[in-house]
Amino acid sequence: MIEWLLIVVDIVSWILLIIGSICVLIGGIGVLRMPDFYSRIHAASLTDTMATLALFSGMILQAGFSLAAAKLFAIMLFLLLTGPTATYALANSALLSGHKPKAAVLEKKVE
Amino acid sequence: MTIVFAIFLLTMLVITAVAIVQSSNLFVSVMLTSIFSLLMSTNFFVLDAADVALTEAAVGAGITTVIFLSALALTATQEKPNRSGRGIALIVVGLTASLIIYATFDKPRLGDPDAPVHQHVAPYYLDNTMEQMGFPNVVTAVLSSYRGYDTLGEVFVVFAACIGVLFILDARTGTGPKYVTRKMTGLRHHLIPQVVGRILVPFIVLFGLYVQFHGEYGPGGGFQAGAIIATAFILYSLLEGEQAALRAVPRSAQLGLVICGALMFGMVGVLCMIMGGEFLDYSVLMENPVTARQIGIIVIEAGVGMAVCGAMLSIFHAFAARSAEDTDEAV
Amino acid sequence: MIFAGVSCAILVTMVLAIARAIKGPTVYDRLLAVNMFGTKTALLLAVIAFLFGRADFLDLALAYALINLVGVLAVLEFFQNRIDANGDASGD
Repeated sequence: MIEWLLIVVDIVSWILLIIGSICVLIGGIGVLRMPDFYSRIHAASLTDTMATLALFSGMILQAGFSLAAAKLFAIMLFLLLTGPTATYALANSALLSGHKPKAAVLEKKVE
Repeated sequence: MTIVFAIFLLTMLVITAVAIVQSSNLFVSVMLTSIFSLLMSTNFFVLDAADVALTEAAVGAGITTVIFLSALALTATQEKPNRSGRGIALIVVGLTASLIIYATFDKPRLGDPDAPVHQHVAPYYLDNTMEQMGFPNVVTAVLSSYRGYDTLGEVFVVFAACIGVLFILDARTGTGPKYVTRKMTGLRHHLIPQVVGRILVPFIVLFGLYVQFHGEYGPGGGFQAGAIIATAFILYSLLEGEQAALRAVPRSAQLGLVICGALMFGMVGVLCMIMGGEFLDYSVLMENPVTARQIGIIVIEAGVGMAVCGAMLSIFHAFAARSAEDTDEAV
Repeated sequence: MIFAGVSCAILVTMVLAIARAIKGPTVYDRLLAVNMFGTKTALLLAVIAFLFGRADFLDLALAYALINLVGVLAVLEFFQNRIDANGDASGD
């Protein structure tokens, strides 16, 4: 029974880790390939939230009930708190200093 | 595995370094420098030097960027074009680089147990730390006890650097009208950073204290803890504005921290002499030499932490006061 | 071995982030890349701690998770001050 449970936990954590890695990769490619700054932010924030959540959940499952799991949970919590805040700060400082999204520039040209 | 990581990280490091030199926009250079620091820290970590990696993390992630940006606020953002003397510089750099590359041919393989560095005093430290100090982190033992003189010197270097920066920036203590007329309100009208930052500040201080007092058992110690706690106060000052931060930790307290920290370290040494031992030989402080050494190390690590924290805070505030003064003059 | 794969994915993303940081074109793109690089470093350190089997070294990732925000907020304040200073100058 216990062995069976361990295998299930292992499989779930592997799936989470793979999802996390894929999200990290998608985010990285998106940051390089997206057309302008505001769309790149979306790609970057994917790695801040989804990838962090999946990777750390996977690692916590691997760590089991230990001090390492508690530390991983704390790291995940703080990364999930600070990541979106940093994204907000970035977008805000870009907008404040007059950096317009590409779509807005296009609309102005049409007008 | 280590080699693969190291090669990968060092390649990125070289690319980043070239980009830093190439860029003429200083703001871009500051940003790339912070990537450089992150890479360096990861590299130290991969090479198993967790204490050094933590130092690089504590200083590079927050404080360096903040201080670079404060300095940038006082100067122009574009580098002045300088075309003269490039040939000589190229020759000097080329010669030095080829000399260094030539010297690496004699270098022992990475992790070679027969390397000279592993033959001299390192085996003594590794064999005796647990027995003489009673804790497992050899780095802390070397830093604060075996090579206590060096660390004392480092603390006084930090002290001197702090005083030097304060003199250059002409920051005086006291609350003259100059320093009260700061208009900056920090990020008070940005609700999200405000809320998240307020949550973070106590946790950063808590983590700093953990690094300070857990340094004997895990990576960490006074230097790292001082930098981390200073980061917490800098975050507070970014959120609430300069004045609120100065109300919380006034200038005199910052300088007091530096002086008390450096003095505390020195006084422990003098106390050892009074008790009949040698300078910084903690074993005479109590009857049990192991406990005595542990107490001595805790006290001097606290001194180091206070000195570093105070120095970083006073440098940060000196820059901030200076930029406020300049904007006032400009307006 | 899964951790080796995960760390490879993170390393590749770090390379892509450096490419964006060097390419620009605006300052904000570089800033975004730097910020992303910081969070990816925290992830990488946690994964490496697992890969090398040294879970007690997670402190370093924790340090990055806590401190990384400070740099970005400093940049936000830097821009805000510059705008304030310029706005004041033009207003007067």
